[in-house]
Amino acid sequence: MRHDRLIVHSIQLTLFASVFGAWYIATNSGVRSLLLPPTDLVWREMQVLWSSGRLWSAAVVTLNEIWQAYSIAVIAGIGVGFLVSRSRALVRIFEPVLTGMFAVPLTLFFPLFVVFFGIGPESKVAYAATQCFFPIALNTIAGFANVDELYLRASRAMGASSLSQFRYVYLPAALPVTITGLRIGFFICIAAVLGGETLAALSGVGKSIALSAELMETARLFAWIAYVVTLSVTLNLLALAAERRGDEE
Amino acid sequence: MSARQVMLIRLALIVLLFALWELYARFVSTSSLVAGPSDVALAWWPKVLGEPGVRIAVLVTLVELVVAFTLSVVFGMLIGILVGLSNIGRRSVYPVVLLLYGIPQAIMLPLFVLVFGIGPAVKIAFGFSHGIFPVIVNTLAGMRNVNRLMVTGATAMGATRVQLVRYVIFPHMVATVFAGLRLAMTLTLLGVVLAEIFVSQGGIGFYTLAYSETFNPAALMALVLTLALMAIALNELVRLVEARFSRWKD
Repeated sequence: MRHDRLIVHSIQLTLFASVFGAWYIATNSGVRSLLLPPTDLVWREMQVLWSSGRLWSAAVVTLNEIWQAYSIAVIAGIGVGFLVSRSRALVRIFEPVLTGMFAVPLTLFFPLFVVFFGIGPESKVAYAATQCFFPIALNTIAGFANVDELYLRASRAMGASSLSQFRYVYLPAALPVTITGLRIGFFICIAAVLGGETLAALSGVGKSIALSAELMETARLFAWIAYVVTLSVTLNLLALAAERRGDEE
Repeated sequence: MSARQVMLIRLALIVLLFALWELYARFVSTSSLVAGPSDVALAWWPKVLGEPGVRIAVLVTLVELVVAFTLSVVFGMLIGILVGLSNIGRRSVYPVVLLLYGIPQAIMLPLFVLVFGIGPAVKIAFGFSHGIFPVIVNTLAGMRNVNRLMVTGATAMGATRVQLVRYVIFPHMVATVFAGLRLAMTLTLLGVVLAEIFVSQGGIGFYTLAYSETFNPAALMALVLTLALMAIALNELVRLVEARFSRWKD
């Protein structure tokens, strides 16, 4: 087992190293730096972005949009999901509708959001909130509608009030599924905000990325991408670790 | 409640929604940005779909989507099966794929445009990079779901590796893999449409931009709904194929 883990990690390390190795070799063997800037140049750009404050001013805009969109989606998603889950008929009516809407790529509607909400942060907030509303609502429904009937009947027979039934039966049973929805929704929210910013915005990380590509500043483009990739990998690792701990409990 | 009643209520809800939308667009809203369903329906034909340029653009998007989806399925399943055949391979590659899958790919779009230009290639490449991850992830997950006992049994009876994949592993992967394929279809369309909107050289993106910049919400909505219908139709197609492949279970 221990031995296996060593092999697994060394394979992962090799994968990682070979990407950077290939990058290094490619830039030193005449791939145009317009397409693939050398690693040290990207590193320098990352430092420039960091120290010039450009990173922060863009990040503040983006994080604000993410935060607003996510709060709206969480409140609306859990609210709608919980209300729908209260009746079997409502679940049967609404759940397939929501699933169907979730399957349609909402990106198609992004131009409509821009038309309605303008090119400022509002359109990104509305777009991202709409996108991550669906997984949150669907998982809330799945969580609260599929509580084992036996537990409900047993707790009622033992005289639980509806409040304590909610606290001690519904909540523990539905929480894992709902939290999965919240996690999926969170990453969709980040992707939607960044995507929206890349397509049409005045400021923010996505806009900065699109702008450096337009100006053919490839090193800066890579620096921005490196920051976003680092952030998303860190967040994902955190989510993964949290989930693993939840599984063990 | 019977299935029929559920369907009727669902239908009534949708009709009600459209009616409210129509009333709002007609009597309440004074903005020129709101178009009711009747305006959208009128714009659909001949204004939007009647225009040859739009028809070509929709067709081109469809072709890009199909090519990107096919590529992601082929390569995704290939990588998934090759990696999933060994336990160590799966354990080392799976977390890496999951992390890559979690990166918001929209930020790579300008980079894709730099590398692939502004033709159909960038749309296919971007769709492919979106679609391949759910295929890999679900293929790996599907291979894990195969009953160990059956694999051991088949091996003991002298199945070759190819036979093992074809007759034991593959049939058991169907449900998980097709869940991945449906997701891949949605994500591929997402990638293609993102690239289309970003580049906007005569394709769907060009027309959506043209309609929104000339404040023509009815035409914009008609075009968007056409694409949404296309997405739903393709999703149903994947579902039909899935039903065909899981027939052995009944």
